[in-house]
Amino acid sequence: MAKVLVKGNEAIAQAAINAGCQCYFGYPITPQSEIGEYMGKHLPEMGRVFITAESELASINMVIGAGTTGTKAMTSSSSCGIALMQEAISAMCCAEVPGVIVSVMRGGPGLGNIAPAQGDYFQALKGGGNGDYKVIVLSPSTVQEAIDLTYRAFHIAIKYRNPVMLLADGVLGQMMEPAEFGEYPYQDPDVTQWALDGANNRPARNIVSLHMPEGNMEALTNRIFEKYEQIAKNETTYEDYMLSDAKLVLTAFGSVARVAKAAVKKARDNGMKVGLFRPVTLFPFPDKDLHETAKKADMILDLELNKGQMLLDVRSAVFGACPVEFYGRPAGGLLTPDMIYNKIKELYSKSEGSVQKTGAALR
Amino acid sequence: MNGDMSVIISGFGGQGALFAGILLCHAAVVEGKHTTWFPAYGAEMRGGAVNCSVNISDSDVPSPIIDEADAVIALNDASQEKFEHKVKSGGFMIINSSLSHLKTRRTDINYIKIPLNELAQKLTKQPAFVNVIALGAFLEKTKILKIESVKEVMKEMAKTVSAKKAALLPNNLESIDFGASIIKQQMVTA
Repeated sequence: MAKVLVKGNEAIAQAAINAGCQCYFGYPITPQSEIGEYMGKHLPEMGRVFITAESELASINMVIGAGTTGTKAMTSSSSCGIALMQEAISAMCCAEVPGVIVSVMRGGPGLGNIAPAQGDYFQALKGGGNGDYKVIVLSPSTVQEAIDLTYRAFHIAIKYRNPVMLLADGVLGQMMEPAEFGEYPYQDPDVTQWALDGANNRPARNIVSLHMPEGNMEALTNRIFEKYEQIAKNETTYEDYMLSDAKLVLTAFGSVARVAKAAVKKARDNGMKVGLFRPVTLFPFPDKDLHETAKKADMILDLELNKGQMLLDVRSAVFGACPVEFYGRPAGGLLTPDMIYNKIKELYSKSEGSVQKTGAALR
Repeated sequence: MNGDMSVIISGFGGQGALFAGILLCHAAVVEGKHTTWFPAYGAEMRGGAVNCSVNISDSDVPSPIIDEADAVIALNDASQEKFEHKVKSGGFMIINSSLSHLKTRRTDINYIKIPLNELAQKLTKQPAFVNVIALGAFLEKTKILKIESVKEVMKEMAKTVSAKKAALLPNNLESIDFGASIIKQQMVTA
């Protein structure tokens, strides 16, 4: 299939349709309204369900309803809209209800602005909902990857019976670039063993997030965390861009990572050994791989469009293997290739020689 | 380092700045190039300031957002004001002299002043094609893509839009050629 020019938001919507999404529930908010508009145009034509819900709370609870029947369903929103969904997301993790949530980040906190930002890393990864739970979070950096990861989101949501969030930002949502849809590449597992599909001739089933008898909630949580370990083992993904001999390693996710690549290229052209470690799955975070990378590096520079959020996961993965620096701009301030390159130049000379390391790590 | 050609097209809502960028981007896809389009606009339905950033490259485009542009197409005075400083040293700016009488402030870039509204009015009896005429001039000046590729895109688009819009195809084809001819015949004031 040929490449087509497509807007990030519309690419996500079409990929969801290709992935077999039967229901979309959403409430409009910039910068992701095109997702709902696209779904509103195409899903009814196909005999599928499109509902403009009365609020974000309603949207996510409709996703839960559809998800309990094993139906592929999604919602999409942006920062302050996703904030309203947190209670339901916690419930989905507890009750093991699959569903896809697309979060196209804008500037915050509060209502913020409609500029591209990455201030909702904590919101997506550390949650605003209650209890021990984890949302699988995928972070696309190009329109092509937005398509590929939307496919993957629908598959692993059903596979692990857990909500999956596609965490994009206003740059990716609003930009157009050529991409190829291809076909939905996954075989989804059978849902009839657990889905609420009518109890005719079988015992009734219950999908709930309230477990009162003593010990039940503890056992459930332990079992769900074993599932998270499986997810970490099977699904952890990152991109290695010129890391093999990198002394200064950049870490970045989403749209910032593509800007960082340009800076890496320029640094390489100027003889500096710089590479980029880009987590594609934010949960599961590629912590072991980042730790191994950090052991061979002299310094890590974390780049984000916020005041330092993934930074905590980076530091925890690096765990002292080398120093970690941060460079970022919040709430609509964008990083350019030149800004990143200048920061690389400043740190590269500092990282050389000034770092106390054991013999094996120093080359 | 931000693609082989970066251009910002800016105007007020309704002038077709965003659409000119979309045409350019589609034409880049026709020629097998890498390209990105990124819009910026306010909350107004009409008349607000709009612009788009287009990158065209032989390799991956890192950032869709343009820090320093090889070229700027300013369809009105506010756009000239806003983006004059964004042009790379040695780059150029197309100014719609029908709507902008501002003094130019830089000596390290080239200015191409074209009375787009008057020319569009003369050519098509309506001011609706200022964006396409400007695009023709831009392509003739830069040769980054073939005019024929844009025409191919226009023809393809005409098949999928309403009959009313499709009827504008001849005007669009004529306007882009006319835009190119302005540069060819050096009908512009620097």
